Amino acid sequence: MGNEHNSEYAIEMLHITKRFPGIIANDDITLQLKHGEIHALLGENGAGKSTLMSVLFGLYQAEEGVIKKDGKEVKILSPNDANALGIGMVHQHFKLVECFTVLDNIILGDEPTGPMGVLKKAEARKKIMDLSNKYGLQVDPDAKIQDITVGMQQRTEILKMLYRDNEILIFDEPTAVLTPQEIHDLMKIMKNLAAEGMSILFISHKLAEIMEVADRCSVLRKGKYIGTVNTADVTMAELSSMMVGRNVNFHVEKKEQHLGDVILDVENMTVASKVHKNNAVKNVSLKVRGGEIVCIAGIDGNGQTEFVYGLTGLEPLVSGKITLLGQDITKMPIRKRSILGMSHIPEDRHKHGLVLDYSLEDNIVLQRYFEPEFTKSGFLRRNNIRKQAEKMIEEYDIRSGQGPITTSRSMSGGNQQKAIIAREIEKEPGLLVAVQPTRGLDVGAIEFIHKQIVAQRDAGKAVLLVSLEMDEVLDVSDRILVMYEGEIVGQLDPKTTTPEEMGLYMAGAKREEVKA
Amino acid sequence: MILLIQYMIVFASVLMLVALGGCFSEHSGVINIGLEGIMVFGALGGALVMSSLPDGTSSFLIVLLSILAAMITGMIYSLLLAVAAINFKADQTLVGTAMNLLGTAGATVIVKAINTRSNPDNPSSTIQYIGAKKAFLLVDGYEFNWFMPLALCLLVLSWFILYKTRFGLRMMACGEHPQAAASVGINVFKMRYAGVLISGLLGGLGGLVYITAGVSEWKFENGVAGFGFLALAVMIFGEWKPFKIALAALLFGFFRALSNVYTGFDFLRALNLPSTVYNMLPYIISLVVLVLFSGNNAAPKAEGIPYDQSTR
Repeated sequence: MGNEHNSEYAIEMLHITKRFPGIIANDDITLQLKHGEIHALLGENGAGKSTLMSVLFGLYQAEEGVIKKDGKEVKILSPNDANALGIGMVHQHFKLVECFTVLDNIILGDEPTGPMGVLKKAEARKKIMDLSNKYGLQVDPDAKIQDITVGMQQRTEILKMLYRDNEILIFDEPTAVLTPQEIHDLMKIMKNLAAEGMSILFISHKLAEIMEVADRCSVLRKGKYIGTVNTADVTMAELSSMMVGRNVNFHVEKKEQHLGDVILDVENMTVASKVHKNNAVKNVSLKVRGGEIVCIAGIDGNGQTEFVYGLTGLEPLVSGKITLLGQDITKMPIRKRSILGMSHIPEDRHKHGLVLDYSLEDNIVLQRYFEPEFTKSGFLRRNNIRKQAEKMIEEYDIRSGQGPITTSRSMSGGNQQKAIIAREIEKEPGLLVAVQPTRGLDVGAIEFIHKQIVAQRDAGKAVLLVSLEMDEVLDVSDRILVMYEGEIVGQLDPKTTTPEEMGLYMAGAKREEVKA
Repeated sequence: MILLIQYMIVFASVLMLVALGGCFSEHSGVINIGLEGIMVFGALGGALVMSSLPDGTSSFLIVLLSILAAMITGMIYSLLLAVAAINFKADQTLVGTAMNLLGTAGATVIVKAINTRSNPDNPSSTIQYIGAKKAFLLVDGYEFNWFMPLALCLLVLSWFILYKTRFGLRMMACGEHPQAAASVGINVFKMRYAGVLISGLLGGLGGLVYITAGVSEWKFENGVAGFGFLALAVMIFGEWKPFKIALAALLFGFFRALSNVYTGFDFLRALNLPSTVYNMLPYIISLVVLVLFSGNNAAPKAEGIPYDQSTR
């Protein structure tokens, strides 16, 4: 195929600059995608990856710079223009209509029709099945999106691009939602596609995946172009320091473990589901002792959320008993649980973590405003609240526009999370429940948060971590419990297990009896 | 018995047409609470044409012109919703409610103005169309009219458009996941306009059918007695699917018809219930239906949410 092309590159974005009010999102960025290569685009959150891809996809127009297709300059003013040039994208959040079939989703917007706009589905079906067989993208064309796995949904998205004869395929963080096995399959599919002459742009911040699948990698940092390297010539550590601009310690430093008494004891907990009639959590028992980090791993939606809701008091239990520091807290209200010694870093920091329209200082004392230190005869002691907030800002390096009086909504995700962590840890809890504490944060913030969590463990506190991130589970925890369809199906030792073994438990392919 | 079936079919046609209208609007992603107001305006357009056509106009022309008038006025009135909800991203429920209030009131003002102008002593809000109404009847002496076969055709056409054409596929995508539709190059604004305008067209026609059901004049002060809301209940009970909507419309039509003709049944008369009970029936049924079925998830997922290009 290579000889037919006029240029070595399928797509070139040369010296792209895109400004938003007050910020330069892309500052003179150059990205060159060769024919038939897998090219990774690496950068932290906010590095400008999404903006650059939006420029390529016609959602934004760059102020400076040119885009070339096959050596010829092109203008891309809308996604339709991008599509016409053969550029397709699998978005991070799939653009699929849940109640439509796979086939309907694939043809939507590019439907084969007869007279009067009548759909010719038989024709479309044949084309889709041919593509599906050719590239090993197994789908059931008549299944509805809502009934199929995330992996098949993603294959549907890929078929959408192939159906439109796209030859430049953009994958935006495609592995975030997949199990290890599905990730493995996806990597194979991407390599197949590249071997067939497709050019692939792979956006990610997961270094291991980039090393495995990509030929070359371009790195962005804070809107600037850092460089492009052959993945064969670099190490993960080198890539990582290109991404963050300094050396990052991937391995979380932990002291030797000193197991203490049982702090949390959950017996036979069952929690109802809000979305279906079955229970979301079925008869789960577990113990967490002082000085250990117990991690509940699993694929999203297997009852972890409901388990935490039951544990923290956001939802009532159907049955079971929870003991915290020797006290039965099964029916205890949330505030009393908090005073007794439970801290909770919630999964959804906007919904359960912060009152977004409150100031930072008010959010800092949200669970303690009634204590004598902050309230006297019904009036808030503003000076003390301000002092407390300033102390937290200093200790936890919470960055914000106006300090204690900044509206929480205007802060970045990482700093919002730091504020929550400051508040929860400062209470000196016996038990820290941290649910996906690093979701959506960049490497620097993740490192900071992991340190804080480990410090709690080293101080003899009990930590229950719920995470969907394989690396986080393996790096941080002392003991892994895998949750599948509302049950604990396996207990693993992070020192001896592998991601593959964990994946089997997470996908329900393997299970064992676990005693609390 | 014949009488019951006649009325059942008449009312079912009305409910089905209006509910189909709502179905188009909601499948495109816009909740249309304003069907009641659209019906009133459609009825007004049709009634004005019927009363103003000169005697001796052929039946065919009367039928054609009044139907067109009802559809077009309904469509124009529905533009209010389209502009407010789609262009200005207003709260769709509020706009719909305002349209209902304005519908009856506006029609009353217009009709009174016309009436007092032709005769200063006649400040009523009634329009008569005795002669024209006869043109609609299929069989002399029975309440079977041209609207019934028309409604049947529109039912089949609606199903066909929604499920068998490109237009329908695209429209439903806009009501389910407008960002997904936009990402494959579909113009969500256009599709939503189309949905709302079709609902205006069918709602307007429904209004005309309603005011010609068994009567030959209409007092616009009365509006359309909540039929727009009944149609919403029919649409929900019919799970936003044309043929199920038709069945639901027959059920509701039956109860509505019962209140007109229950005196014809000995066993019902023997129950000795006040007539108000029968009058209440369709509305009570709709309450029950809404309580039981409004929680189901057949509703288009993105309905009621203004489409904003910047959210992705």
